[in-house]
Amino acid sequence: MTPPSIQQVWEWLDAVPDPEIPVISLVDLGIILEVAWADDTLIVSVTPTYSGCPATSIINLDIETALRAHGIAKLELKRQLSPAWTTDWLTKKGAAKLEKYGIAPPTPAGGPQRCPHCRGNNLEKLSQFGSTPCKAQWRCQDCLEPFDYFKCI
Amino acid sequence: MAEVDQKALLQFLLRMGDNTLVLGHRVSEWCGHAPVLEEDIALANTALDLIGQTQLWLGYAAEVQGEGKDADALAFLRDAWDFRNVLLVELPNGDFGRTMMRQFLFDAWQSIMLGLLQKSNDKTVREIAAKASKEVAYHVERSSETVVGLGDGTEESHRRMQEALDYLYPYVGEMFLSDDIDTAMIDAGIAPDPAALRSEFDSLVGRVMAEATLTLPDGRFAHKGGRSGYMHTEHLGHLLTSMQWLQRAYPGAAW
Repeated sequence: MTPPSIQQVWEWLDAVPDPEIPVISLVDLGIILEVAWADDTLIVSVTPTYSGCPATSIINLDIETALRAHGIAKLELKRQLSPAWTTDWLTKKGAAKLEKYGIAPPTPAGGPQRCPHCRGNNLEKLSQFGSTPCKAQWRCQDCLEPFDYFKCI
Repeated sequence: MAEVDQKALLQFLLRMGDNTLVLGHRVSEWCGHAPVLEEDIALANTALDLIGQTQLWLGYAAEVQGEGKDADALAFLRDAWDFRNVLLVELPNGDFGRTMMRQFLFDAWQSIMLGLLQKSNDKTVREIAAKASKEVAYHVERSSETVVGLGDGTEESHRRMQEALDYLYPYVGEMFLSDDIDTAMIDAGIAPDPAALRSEFDSLVGRVMAEATLTLPDGRFAHKGGRSGYMHTEHLGHLLTSMQWLQRAYPGAAW
């Protein structure tokens, strides 16, 4: 049996949702750094978003479950710290899905571009810390709705 | 490459990891008790980052130690005299103002330290510092803004922040002391001389305190004994009884 191609594995991983923000995949999040075969062992290198992110162990479990279901027998998950994860690695597809879900995607300016609910840009920061390490709390002064902002790191 | 003294490296890593562990635990004590919801969430997030950084520092410490232990074993199965954190981080939280003042003083030091550690000769130290410094940039931004907000706030909040600064300042000096372990780290190009961080620290803290309308104490007396392990305050033992209780009562418990 020929082993699945690297491209195929990336596609499988792109179907594994982030446990905290299930509208985006682990590939969208940019935390899968490398997929490679070493003989008959598949090696997947994963980097943490935040060093204390409690989702890390669930993410590893979800990757393993998904790849095993696709018939990968020998699998090694590597934690790779460097280069450190940055929100620049979030895919465009992921950013669009975040906004549709109600989370403003990160912008180079360091704050949300517009309200994910009403598209207004009369915004105020409530706190740099939110419901997960990767999010900040903002509020739209037009529609008065609070919303999460995926903060730059 | 020169042989790095592994015992000194281990001590250096314990100092880094015990600082974040003990402060992370202290900050986590606020969970569910902060004055407003946003602050509660921010404190819990800060604690989480610090504990995450602890896993990296103590994980590497365990590897260097080479006795088959892991970060959890170092965190939960050592006694007070084995801890190498500075006294500042083990002090009780006090009120919210004192907690935030302590956080700022530590964040200011840590942000400078992590910046310098990104030039370390040790690859793992460099990688941990690069990862942690991104998180600490958010910590120091928040703690400095809170110190300014409360210091230059009401009469009551100003008084409490000045009291917090007066109480905590004698614990600042320990972060800049050095000993044989630091010398070994400097010689190996692993970590900077702690004393070399003081001027940048003073200028950052001076700037924030001026904006907060708070007065820095003149005295440079420093309580010490934490990072050398010579003598911790009585508060560390109490903290450990709470933090280590589960692993002590049920060794090897996992979930």
